Amino acid sequence: MTTTINEIQDEIIETFDLFDEPLDKTQYIIDLGKKLKPIDEKYKTEDHLIKGCQSRVWLGAELRADDRLYFVGDGEPEAQIAKGLISMLISVLSGQKPADIARAELYFIEKIGMSSLVTSRRAGGLASMVQKMKQYGLLYSKVKTV
Amino acid sequence: MHMKTMTRSAIAIDQIRSQFPILQETVNGKPLVYLDNAATTQKPAVVIDALSAYYHHSNANIHRGIHFLAEKATAAFEESRVRLQGFINAASPEEVIFTYGTTDGINLIAQTYGRQFIGPGDEILISAMEHHSNIVPWQMLCLEKGCTLNVIPVSEEGELDMEAFRTLLNERTKLVAIVHASNALGTINPVAEIIEQAHSAGAKVLVDGAQASAHLAIDVQELDADFYVLSLHKLYGPTGMGILYGKKELLNAMPPYRGGGEMIKEVTFAKTTYNDLPYKFEAGTPNIADVIAAKSAIDFVESIGKPAIAAHEQALLQYATDALSAIDGLTIIGRAREKVSVISFVMKGIHHEDMGVILDQQGIAIRTGHHCTQPLMQRFGITGTSRASFAVYNTTEEIDILAEGVRRAKKMLG
Repeated sequence: MTTTINEIQDEIIETFDLFDEPLDKTQYIIDLGKKLKPIDEKYKTEDHLIKGCQSRVWLGAELRADDRLYFVGDGEPEAQIAKGLISMLISVLSGQKPADIARAELYFIEKIGMSSLVTSRRAGGLASMVQKMKQYGLLYSKVKTV
Repeated sequence: MHMKTMTRSAIAIDQIRSQFPILQETVNGKPLVYLDNAATTQKPAVVIDALSAYYHHSNANIHRGIHFLAEKATAAFEESRVRLQGFINAASPEEVIFTYGTTDGINLIAQTYGRQFIGPGDEILISAMEHHSNIVPWQMLCLEKGCTLNVIPVSEEGELDMEAFRTLLNERTKLVAIVHASNALGTINPVAEIIEQAHSAGAKVLVDGAQASAHLAIDVQELDADFYVLSLHKLYGPTGMGILYGKKELLNAMPPYRGGGEMIKEVTFAKTTYNDLPYKFEAGTPNIADVIAAKSAIDFVESIGKPAIAAHEQALLQYATDALSAIDGLTIIGRAREKVSVISFVMKGIHHEDMGVILDQQGIAIRTGHHCTQPLMQRFGITGTSRASFAVYNTTEEIDILAEGVRRAKKMLG
């Protein structure tokens, strides 16, 4: 059985509990970004850019035969924290049912102290990432029901 | 270490720091290192106390009231005007108009002097290092009036191309609007020379002193500036308050800006006559508390003295330039010969936002981004920089923390 969105969130919260220093959390996020696999060039278009990010971050989504939505993401090389954040969101939401993604409550962001970890402008980018992923969830859950 | 001793002996840094309550704050468990002074300076206790004292003991609307408090508030308000007149050495207090800040002052000039005296075919000359506040009001005016906006280029070092300035300046140039010191690069521009040459060509000159006013001595009469604008919040004073200096004959020739109370002499439905300077440009209840507290900010600056402040800040700038230059991969953007205490830099392979986040986690406040100078960033082929800017209360120890913080960020993001 697939791990649920909330189970993954809880795992992330547990991982972040191990860090005392905000800088260690940031380092962890940066390292997640470094592990992102390069995405297909077809996703590096204006349509896939996340608006509201200071740096360029792309997000692609694909509904597969198992009726689950899979995300890919990437960012320009120097946008390391942004890449780490999208990587973390992908780990939470990718491979879930579109309807679950659309109505997911992402409580881990506050629980891991990410709201204080990132600047308000950066958090604006983070909010845009979440919004874009949820929009895909909504879109594909409708596609399915039609 | 030698530098530290020098800066310590020039001014009583501990005594100065003790006047700024906010410097005792901690951020992310670390002592605050506040190096975002080009955005806004912190406020000494005398300014905070003046604001509090006004609301505790003097609050009343000014100029119109006949009662005790109104008289008291009016006297304090006008005393601030005289204090600021002295600060910039204006010829008379009515040449000092209170505004909401530098941006407000520039818009006032664009909407009054600009609309009245600049027309189709005329030219306005600005520079490539202007803040958006000294670009957009002129673009708006040019769209409306059919005038042309010309731009003095900036060299790789971050200095104005004065040769190009002289070429661009011509008999159609009605106004030169130029920044005294660049907020993004720190460059101090040769405004006296610019004013002299502009006047020879028959153009008026507006100087944007937002960044310069906390660092350089300002004498509008010696400069022969036609207009000079500044914000008090960059000068240890309150936010939302600034001044516009204008030569009396120009201010008198200009139509009013906003209509409302205080700016009128007499109102009938047939015709309204306008008040004299400076009230003609001060419609509505002004920012009384902040204007009154501004006097305390000037008192603070003058208690130390601009020369002592400048010497301390120049020592910090040199120390920071040396410390940051020693970091591999770091490039300082803006290497003008004359600079105020602003140091902008980029780090190879690192986004400035990431730099800002990681420094913030170490308690270090700097500014990242385009600093409201997007055309200047385009000139250097970058989207933004990290910018540290120093005030009178900063120390070489704080610059050591900054340099160490930058190294830490580089290690984390490398």
